[in-house]
Amino acid sequence: MYHIISIRDFERDDLDYLLDRAQEFDTGKYRSGMLDDKLVALLFFEPSTRTRMSFATAMARLGGRSISVDSVEASSIVKGETLADTIRVVSSYADAIVLRHPKEGAARLASEFASVPVINAGDGAGQHPSQTLLDLYTIRQSMSVDGIDVGLLGDLRYGRTAHSLALALSLYGVTLHTIAPGGLEMPANIALELRERGMEVVEHPNVEEAIRELDVLYVTRIQRERFPDSASYYNVASSYRITTDLLAGVKERLMILHPLPRAGEIDPEVDCTPYARYFEQAKNGVPIRMALLHEVMK
Amino acid sequence: MTRKDPSGGLVISPIRNGTVIDHITAGEALNVLRILGITGSTPECLSIATNVKSKRMGKKDIVKIENRELRTEEVDRIALLAPQAKINIIRDYQVVEKKGVEIPEILKGVVRCPNPGCITNTNEPVESTFEVLDKGLHCLYCDWLIKDDIANHII
Repeated sequence: MYHIISIRDFERDDLDYLLDRAQEFDTGKYRSGMLDDKLVALLFFEPSTRTRMSFATAMARLGGRSISVDSVEASSIVKGETLADTIRVVSSYADAIVLRHPKEGAARLASEFASVPVINAGDGAGQHPSQTLLDLYTIRQSMSVDGIDVGLLGDLRYGRTAHSLALALSLYGVTLHTIAPGGLEMPANIALELRERGMEVVEHPNVEEAIRELDVLYVTRIQRERFPDSASYYNVASSYRITTDLLAGVKERLMILHPLPRAGEIDPEVDCTPYARYFEQAKNGVPIRMALLHEVMK
Repeated sequence: MTRKDPSGGLVISPIRNGTVIDHITAGEALNVLRILGITGSTPECLSIATNVKSKRMGKKDIVKIENRELRTEEVDRIALLAPQAKINIIRDYQVVEKKGVEIPEILKGVVRCPNPGCITNTNEPVESTFEVLDKGLHCLYCDWLIKDDIANHII
């Protein structure tokens, strides 16, 4: 059975294959009823807009249907049911499970109890492989991923999208530039793992120092829920902001990505520049998730 | 279970049946018992000697457990804390089996994941699972890496 749990489980060829498949779906090279007898269960125990809707959209485009749990409050989790039991039961209803859960390792656990394929749609501060694939896909639409300079800006400690993406980029000979407010630096074990994978990781004290070297700037949101009070959150959150002034002198092909939602990290004026690619990035969630759903249920 | 030796020190007497764990890294005897799940409330008759003089190690700890023969998967856990430990299985005062310890590739239910957000620290019906790497213990659920102070994370 084919589960999609962590970017660590993928070799470069696997990623390239899925990106190629997504491109076929993106360009209409597919039959609309490919999954017309299939049902996917969307189990989202944390808030989500783009990920949940794009999985539902992808399933519908392939002719399949979705059933969903949209919150912990609406599920038997509030009655004390374990995730393991929930997964066992839902396995008997659906042909695949897409899971978002606040605990790290939840998708791995789910794959052990499921009798159908499980796709990780984000587990705590852990992994978010489908987001990483659409990030790679968006980069690949403009340039080869090999050997480029990518900056990760923002919450690199808790931000699962940053962790997943960095691990994937290590397969492409990318130089990684990390820029994080104090206390939100990339965990030492992940930085160590990246270097062990042969990746050059350069730390910068601020985005101004790095931005002119970059081909891709990946901006992430500071997560308010990680801070004990509003004052400390605003103190950190206001420590960086991408503005049009900041973009003077950057590489012509620079692309700014963001997994969204944003909360002030990118000035809306930047949306009108050719560097802003985050809305295209969000749109790419559909062909990527079509490729993943088809792959696990074909 | 002790007798006075001629030099004035105390020596642990031999056991009839059970397991002797010798050459434990000095100071780790109690942690070795923890890793084996042997606590003050378990029925085994235990003898523990710490900081015993050793030609090879300078100082070492020794643990004797009466009427219990440790299984291979149990003794291999000891290698985390005492890689030089030697296991002697005793039957009727004779050593019938002598073996070293090997660090296992996977540790299940031995070490608690220090990551409070890890799914194994919830009420889910799974045991913590770590793969043993040169750089430390890697949680197979949340990818946390325990690099040092392993004894403090033993369940």
